[in-house]
This record gives sequence, structure tokens and C-alpha cells, in this order.
Amino acid sequence: MDYSRYINRSVARVPKSGIRKFFDVAATMPNAISLGVGEPDFVTPYHIRNAAIDSILDGETAYTSNWGTPSLRREIAYYLKNRYGCVYRPDNEILVTVGASEGIDLSLRTILEPGDEVLVPEPSYVSYAPSVVFAGGEPRPIPTCEDNGFVLTPEALEAAISSKTKAVILPYPNNPTGAVIERQALLKLCEVILRHDLLVISDEIYSELTYREEGYVSIASLPGMWERTILLNGFSKAFAMTGWRVGYLCAPAALTDIMVKIHQYTILCASRQGQVAAEEALRQGREDGYVDILVMRQSYDQRRRLMLKAFRDMGLSCFEPLGAFYVFPGIRKTGLSSEEFCQRLLKEKEVVCVPGTAFGASGEGHIRCCYATALDKLLEALSRMSEFVNSL
Amino acid sequence: MQTNPNPFQMELLTLLSQDCRLPLEKLAAMLGRSMEDVVQEIETLEKNGVILRYSPVINWDRTDRERVEAMIEVRVTPQRDQGFDAIAKRIYRFDEVKSVYLMSGAYDLLLLVEAHSLKELAYFVSTKLSTLETVTGTATHFVLKRYKSDGVIFEGDRDDKRLAVMA
Repeated sequence: MDYSRYINRSVARVPKSGIRKFFDVAATMPNAISLGVGEPDFVTPYHIRNAAIDSILDGETAYTSNWGTPSLRREIAYYLKNRYGCVYRPDNEILVTVGASEGIDLSLRTILEPGDEVLVPEPSYVSYAPSVVFAGGEPRPIPTCEDNGFVLTPEALEAAISSKTKAVILPYPNNPTGAVIERQALLKLCEVILRHDLLVISDEIYSELTYREEGYVSIASLPGMWERTILLNGFSKAFAMTGWRVGYLCAPAALTDIMVKIHQYTILCASRQGQVAAEEALRQGREDGYVDILVMRQSYDQRRRLMLKAFRDMGLSCFEPLGAFYVFPGIRKTGLSSEEFCQRLLKEKEVVCVPGTAFGASGEGHIRCCYATALDKLLEALSRMSEFVNSL
Repeated sequence: MQTNPNPFQMELLTLLSQDCRLPLEKLAAMLGRSMEDVVQEIETLEKNGVILRYSPVINWDRTDRERVEAMIEVRVTPQRDQGFDAIAKRIYRFDEVKSVYLMSGAYDLLLLVEAHSLKELAYFVSTKLSTLETVTGTATHFVLKRYKSDGVIFEGDRDDKRLAVMA
């Protein structure tokens, strides 16, 4: 049977994630150390897991409101206001989603007409461009580079805007580069965004993993931006809750009012126990000053500094990442492409890294190394990588 | 004497408590300080009696060494002017006694005692401990299995349950 005539052509054209083949090879190597993971190495804090268990034992097994439980939305509203100065009404401006990933899809499907363009700074998370295509739009990558700290510049943004541009995705703190965007740089982007009347989809999933004194600045808290920002966040990175699949989307009611229709007809609601666990994470955090986050962040920060120094000691160029849990060292001086580097490193030293090109063409010359891994494994991986680089 | 460790010292202590064999160079990199700074801070903490010893957490059950452990509750008569300190000192000098705590509640001192055999431990309680003049009573609880100690889980799986490669 010829299935191709049944399959949507624009979906078929989207390439599979470049990460997949590394996964398949690594799976056959029991001694491989993976710096290719994309999630915390902590298990969800015990009190959070316990809250979900209690909820199951209490028989809380029914659907929730499409928007998510009112008590979770109230906690999210409190958290965003107190942590980032972003004010959203829990009744109609906060939608609980199946991870921030659903939020990306909902946002794009809600705003895009065929042919509309969405600007995607790269290197960035692998889902943005495909999600734009699935929603019928055209992704327009904007390359960023190490010299600019992998941050979108107002000039590059301005140059990429066309009459069809509808929105820009802001992926900071960034996966895979670890880049964060400073308040001043954000304000300059805002001028361009306002001048061209664009929407912003701000993916803030790594907001809590920011390693600088001034902390994280959300674009939704800046003058004139609240009304044109769709804020995406969730619990996966801040509370080590990736497998629970709970995130949230915040936007003006005129937008969420439409988004909730798609969510209602396709997802219905995020898992009840995930929502209970998420509520416990925020409630306890409100009471104890977010100890869960502080402990994890300090541990990531220590490993971040260790990785940065180790790569620089290997003679690789390495931009200092101030967010997320990735280091993005440059490997150009080895003469290998990022794909070759990762394949040989895996074959010869059994260390898994992800080629920068998996996150967009502008990732060439770099590799993504995740430091959310046990310290002894990190040290072993770094020593193997050092041997590998010296052998080239 | 109480000291008031600064945030840097606290972070250093936390790292050392997790793995005190981390090479100095790595420790310095993780803390974002120079090696000299770290050496100096460690010396200060040692001098102030904050760091007492560097020892591994050992799961003796994985060895064939014969070993019996018990928690012993001890009731004592506190002595004039010295309270419980004098009797605690009398007790902690025995090599069998690994830990001594002064407790609130139904008894006064809690001991963690270790011996090579049940017989040896019983001998210690009956002839050395309970015969001390201020000891008015003891209750011995044998340890059957150690699941977690000093924050380390002894039994149970520690496998990484994550996918090796993920975007």
C-alpha cells in the first residue's frame, strides 16, 4: 500500500530530530556516559511525589477543569507575580498545559494563518520550527553566534522581519547554548517588537535556572509587553518534574479564550496528579522560600563552573552559559564538524554529546553538553573528552 | 566554641560532606575560587573544629566482617554541678561506643554501640555500662538492618532512569 498519498506533505517534509540517531547508538553502549540528556538529574522532591500519592489514595481520579484546577492556577498567579512581577488572573489568563511543549503548539495553532512567518532565534530547542510548520506557518530562523553571547540582537531581529511576520519566539534561558538575555538587551528588542507590532512567544521553562545575581527577567514584566506576550513555563526544570508533563501558558484573555478551545477539544486537561504535584511544589515553595529550587540551582551552578573551566583547559572556546544546564563549547579548532566530533567521541570514548547542528545550522562548530549528571560521571566524561581532544 | 560559617564556607562544607575526595582543583572550579582560597578555608574550618575528620560511609554488610550494632537507651542520675556531661564522658570513652547523644524524653542518653558479636555486646552492657554508679537503667535495641545512614541509601536502586539523549 502506498501510504504517501495519505500523508500530509508538509508534515512528511519535517526532518526527524537529529538527536535520535545518537540515542540509538548510545543505547547499545552500556558504559557510555551521557551528556546528551535534556532533563534534571534530580528526582522530583519527595514531598511533591507524596502529594500525588495522597491524591491517588484519596480517589482524586476525575478530570479537572479544562483550564486546570483553580487552586493550581491561583498558586501559579501568586508565583509569577512574586517571583517575576508578571500579573495574570487565575480565572482566565492562566491555562495549565501538558508541559510547556503543549503551550508552544497551542500558541502557534491559535495565531497562525497559512503563510504567516514566525521568527526563531537559533540555535534553539528542536521543537519550535517543526511546531510552526505543523501549525501551517513558516519558520524563519535567525542565527545567533558566540560573539553576541548567542542572544538575539535588535539588528538581526529587525532584518528578519517581513510583512508576513506575526510573532517571534524568545527562547531564553536557552537550550542548547545556556544563554540568558539581560534586561537592557530585552528592552532594545522590545522597541523593535513594538514598532513592528509583533507577538512574543516567550519560552521561560528554564527561568529558575539562571546563575547571576540579578536573577531572571521575564519580557512580560517590561513596559508595553504584557499585552503582546504569550508566556510559557512549567515545572519540569525548576522542580525536576519532566515526566509529570505539567506546564502552563499565560496570556491576555482575548488569546487564552481561543487557545482553550484547542486545548479542550484535543487534550481536555493536564493529568490530575501532575497538577496536584505541581500545586504542592509551588505551595511549599511559597512557604519555605523555594528551597527545592535553591538546592538544585546551587548544585547545577557548581557543575556549570566546573564544565566551563574544563573545556577552557582543553583549549576549546567556551562562552559562559548563565542559564539552563548546558555548556556549548566550540570545537572548530579540532577541524571536525560538530556531527563528526560527536560521532567519534561516542565511538572512541563512549561519551554522548549532541552536535550543535541538531539545534539549527548556526550550531555548527559547537556541541551541547548537559551537566545535569552525577559529579563522578561528569568528571569521568570530562577526562575522556580531554583525551579525545588531545588525540586529534 | 561556635563559629559562623559564611555562605562560601557553607557551600564548601556541603560539597565536602558529599565527597571529601574531590580533587582540590575541581573543588575550586566548582566554587569559582582559587585553589589557595579553598585550602585556606579548609584549614580555617579544621582549626575551628568545624571539620573533624574525613571518613567514608561504609556498608559493612557487604563485607564478611562480623559486627553487631545496638541502640541503647540509658537512664542516669545527673550529678551536681556537672549535669550529664561527666557521665557522658565516662560512657563515650569505651571503644565499643560509637556515638552518644543527650536526649529529651523518656530516657537521658542514647548510645550507638558496636561489637563483634552478640555475646560481646551483652557483656559490655551487663558488666561495663549498667554497673556505672549513676546509670539507673538501660534498654538495648539491636539493629537488624541499615537502610539509610548519614544521608546515604544503603539498599535500593540508584540507576539513572532518564533517556540517554533528549532534546
